Amino acid sequence: MSATELKIFRPPVMDVTEEGDELLEVAMGPHHPSTHGVFRMDVALDGERVVKLKPVFGYLHRNHEKIAEKASYLASMPYTDRLDYFCSLTNNWAYALAVEKLAGLEVPERAEYIRVITAELTRIQNHASAIGFLMQEMGASGTPLMYAFREREKILDLFEELTGSRMMCNYMRFGGCRVELPKGWLEKVKTIVEGLPEFLDEVEALLTGNEILMARTQGVGVLKPDLAINAGVTGPMLRAAGVNYDIRKIDHYGIYDRFKFRVPLGDHGDIYDRYMIRVLEARESIEILKQALQDVPAGPIMDPKSKIRGFRPKVGEAYGRIEAPKGELGFYLISDGSANPYRYRVRPPSLINLTILEDLCLGQNVADVVLIFGSVDIVLGEVDR
Amino acid sequence: MKTAEEILAAIKSALPDAGLELVLNSSPCAQHSLRVAAKDMVAVASFLRADPVLALDFCSNATGVDWPGKEISEKVKVTKVVEGEQTVVEETIKRVEPGYLEAVYHLFSMKNGPTDPGGPVVLRMRTANRTDQVELPSLTPVWRSAEFQEREIFDLFGIVFTGHPDLRRILMWDGFEDHPMRRDYVDPDDFEYEPTPHDEVLKRAEAHKTGAVA
Repeated sequence: MSATELKIFRPPVMDVTEEGDELLEVAMGPHHPSTHGVFRMDVALDGERVVKLKPVFGYLHRNHEKIAEKASYLASMPYTDRLDYFCSLTNNWAYALAVEKLAGLEVPERAEYIRVITAELTRIQNHASAIGFLMQEMGASGTPLMYAFREREKILDLFEELTGSRMMCNYMRFGGCRVELPKGWLEKVKTIVEGLPEFLDEVEALLTGNEILMARTQGVGVLKPDLAINAGVTGPMLRAAGVNYDIRKIDHYGIYDRFKFRVPLGDHGDIYDRYMIRVLEARESIEILKQALQDVPAGPIMDPKSKIRGFRPKVGEAYGRIEAPKGELGFYLISDGSANPYRYRVRPPSLINLTILEDLCLGQNVADVVLIFGSVDIVLGEVDR
Repeated sequence: MKTAEEILAAIKSALPDAGLELVLNSSPCAQHSLRVAAKDMVAVASFLRADPVLALDFCSNATGVDWPGKEISEKVKVTKVVEGEQTVVEETIKRVEPGYLEAVYHLFSMKNGPTDPGGPVVLRMRTANRTDQVELPSLTPVWRSAEFQEREIFDLFGIVFTGHPDLRRILMWDGFEDHPMRRDYVDPDDFEYEPTPHDEVLKRAEAHKTGAVA
């Protein structure tokens, strides 16, 4: 089998219409309100139509991987918070999981439950904000985003009480979690989780049947499943394209095999499906939370074998991955037996989900580029690292 | 899930001439990898993606690793003539093990995902050295997900991927010269370098271009 017999996926080259028509080159960003940070798209326009789009990265690059290779294993944990700063707890989990694979550490049951609860709360607040930002970009200035942030505040208050920080949580450790739950914390989570379905109903009542939303998003930015697989797209983007791939269901990392939840899948792969998948996933996360909150066991929260000082995994390598809210977040570590990782690599879902940005935008109107980009849901801290 | 040995055997039976080697991983997770000769990499990758049983259609992670040359000193026993007599003398010999750059790919199967995630299947390939022979074949034609990641490897490690459709720097700016993720990278003395110079700096930069100022 040679490479020529396989289907090769490349963005189509758009034909430019009549002779004499000039293309308009627009640099969207790096200081553009729709780019979620410092990100640039060099767009070539034929009238309103996009004929070329090249994303430009690196404005927030600080070489996170190099910093981590010069620091000890534990010292990189707070830096992982700054990757996708909306979801610091899932970043912590992915890194902890990779190190646990590398060093062969077991996680106590109680810590696993705490990890699931914090990760699913993170997922809900991420999806809620992603929907809010998407609506903001559609022109629904303020209201949906503020509704989302109202709920997000409640969840961030929980994080603050548990970890001491609202966004940079730095909570998980290799083989467990950092501190025990504060008194009455689980009850507070229960109260907030009980109120979440009402919030999602409210969002859906405002948006799901909304005429403007449907007109702007249905059939726009369609992603085909075979391209999505080949381009390594993961997370809600992939499932909106109809591919059944949720790492919680596939790897059963942590204790996700104990919970009953469904994986929502889209039919069309357009922006509307991506919006809908995020709502449905948040609903499934609520189901997981309800089950997890019922039976949090007592016990230790750290593996007694794990060491804070003098932590030196044996020579070897490991790749650990989790289903972060934005997609597959993986960490690849090589140990040479010293206190620092020899190689530390982050597999950033935000960056890799942008591979197909040009494919989605070609032939669309320039106003839709903003929407398509918003529906990918990225955080520049993770794209540029 | 198939083990690395089984996958090795499957590739061997389909591509008997491919240069393959099993690299054992001693960590508890035991994710063994396959080292593939650079010339055979595209054929092996295409086989893994197209094979109906393995169906490794998802290249999750692509990254580089830098292994600089090491100086190894060994003690060797040498027979020497000392003062007319043959005696065995221990001598320390220093030899330099040449360094190389490595590209690592982590593969999974999305087609078989719900039943058999099949991974991670780890492929690695090496460059001949770290200085002038740093070309490796690009796997972007096989898995599009490698596109930005190979650009990143090119940018930060300096591996040149032949057959990549758009090999440019991705994170560092275009005028940047070194490869920061290499182990022997030295931070610049002057952090005030401006990629887009203006005023005084622009004057100096233009003077430098024309050769007016050394």
